Amino acid sequence: MSPILFQLLNAMTFAALLFIVASGFTLIFGLMRIVNLAHGAFYLLGGYLAYMAGTWSGSFWLGIIVAVIGIAALGWLEQKILKLVKGIELHQVLLSLGLALMINDCSLIIFGGDTFSVPIPEILKGPMPIFGMFYPKYRFFVLLAGVLVFVFLWLLIHKTKLGALIRAGVDDPETIEALGINIKNIFIFTFMLGMGLAGIAGALGGAFLSLYPTADSEILVYSLAIVIIGGRGSLWGAAVGSFAVALLATFGQLWFPELSYFVIFGPMALLLAFKPTGLFGKA
Amino acid sequence: MIAESPILSNQSLLKPILWATLVALFALVPVFLESYQLSLLTLILVYSLLAMSVDLLAGFAGRTPLCHGALFGCGAYGVMYFVSTLRGDPLIGVVLALGLVLSVSLVFALLATRTSGVYFLLLTLALGMIVWGVCQRWTSVSGGENGLRGAIRPEWLLDPLRYYYFVLLCASLLSWTMYRVVSSPFGLTLKGIRESESRMKSLGYNTTLHLTLGFCLSGLVAGASGILYAFLNSFVSPTTVSLSQSVKGLLMAIIGGVGTLFGGVVGATLIILLENLVSSMTERWSMVLGAMFVLTMIFVPSGILGKLRTVLVDHSGNKKSAEG
Repeated sequence: MSPILFQLLNAMTFAALLFIVASGFTLIFGLMRIVNLAHGAFYLLGGYLAYMAGTWSGSFWLGIIVAVIGIAALGWLEQKILKLVKGIELHQVLLSLGLALMINDCSLIIFGGDTFSVPIPEILKGPMPIFGMFYPKYRFFVLLAGVLVFVFLWLLIHKTKLGALIRAGVDDPETIEALGINIKNIFIFTFMLGMGLAGIAGALGGAFLSLYPTADSEILVYSLAIVIIGGRGSLWGAAVGSFAVALLATFGQLWFPELSYFVIFGPMALLLAFKPTGLFGKA
Repeated sequence: MIAESPILSNQSLLKPILWATLVALFALVPVFLESYQLSLLTLILVYSLLAMSVDLLAGFAGRTPLCHGALFGCGAYGVMYFVSTLRGDPLIGVVLALGLVLSVSLVFALLATRTSGVYFLLLTLALGMIVWGVCQRWTSVSGGENGLRGAIRPEWLLDPLRYYYFVLLCASLLSWTMYRVVSSPFGLTLKGIRESESRMKSLGYNTTLHLTLGFCLSGLVAGASGILYAFLNSFVSPTTVSLSQSVKGLLMAIIGGVGTLFGGVVGATLIILLENLVSSMTERWSMVLGAMFVLTMIFVPSGILGKLRTVLVDHSGNKKSAEG
């Protein structure tokens, strides 16, 4: 078994998870110009919900469903709160930061400081052979889920009417409204979709990264790096950014464990210095 | 503009008087305090500096930073490492730590001044996280999760009351410097950049240079407050440089009133006292901090002094129109 290949697979599966988180983040950022700093907190809460529902019912799938619905519902609530400071980007960011602190503390009250793992269903347990070595089945499942989410979002945004409205809303929300379309509902839908993705990611990530009180800020910081690298609101940007960050994180931890954060953010900062809008971002 | 000038000259007299009163107040209060309360008051001064350094960028250059916890931590870690681990002289330690802070600020500034608005916030957040990550993982230097510990205060500052007055001296000098800077042509240029960077550019100002200098000055003050914190606390850990530290500094600046400079003192006093009160009752400090952030953003986004100023300006404006 080649260790590099093994690490490469690790990076790919990690990238898939990061993509699911970051795609929701970038979608909300792109359409509504809201940087939702509570995204990581919702990811963690989604994981906890999935853990609770999963262990209670014994079904991993039910856990995912509960996480998606629960977090999307909370997302609806959050965008209501964010509307109170409508129009001022910076105030919204800071408000979401305050919400993040509160949600995290709530999670801490309910679930304590212990580490949990969402239970994996029997069918995904154990290793499977690939390239002449054994690799955990579950991680492949996450990779598959990441690809599915990408395809789903791509089709949604590029092939459906709703997607066309979302894209148009990014460019010019006022004209859309003038055409008699209720852009507010589209905003709410997008926000809940993004939050739902955070919920899925929490459930999936909760099974192989495990859940603990500071997991939220780690995921949030990765998402930030991805969006900064990939560019605001770009699906391809989120995908490329996820791979870049996952590769840097995995191999950085392997080769320079003491400076692993530097390895991720150094290149990001450099990229930003030369291309402030990110790889795929529009000005 | 011309019509406003009497108010301006009024205010330019008002500010130094306010500043002097504040310093005198802080100088008198310790007479009535016990040792624990004194250390709390010292902490308030230290955080006032941090909040004012945040305000220098957020309020006057219009660039809201989330990396000042990291710069604060660079100062604290720098002096701690030199004095406690390397057994160096505290004074040299302070100079070296300030050098470290200045170089980190310069790197941050060169990258961050290319952006504005939300992107600036995100980039500085990420840059601050690098510092946190390095402090967390580079265990041979930073001590990792355990942090660095050691009584590093020089002998002539060991007495808590004397240290308090030393911090007060530093804080009043630095805050006076910042006040002079923001009311200088340099500060006015920063304000111009806050209102419209492109306009300042076309007027021939080197906006990047101004922002970089402003960032470095702000970073130096944040670093100085970190050094004072290390002297006070004799302990630094990754929590000292974490995001929540940056958030705390920013919240202090916002609650006090962004763009008022001295609002930082109000914000720091409020938050430190509240933190102390809440922590003595429950463990839910982070919940309270979050709630304060949310409520402030919804109800008083301009902060306490900001709100006060609008009320006062409205008042004097009304009086004028009544006279006229």
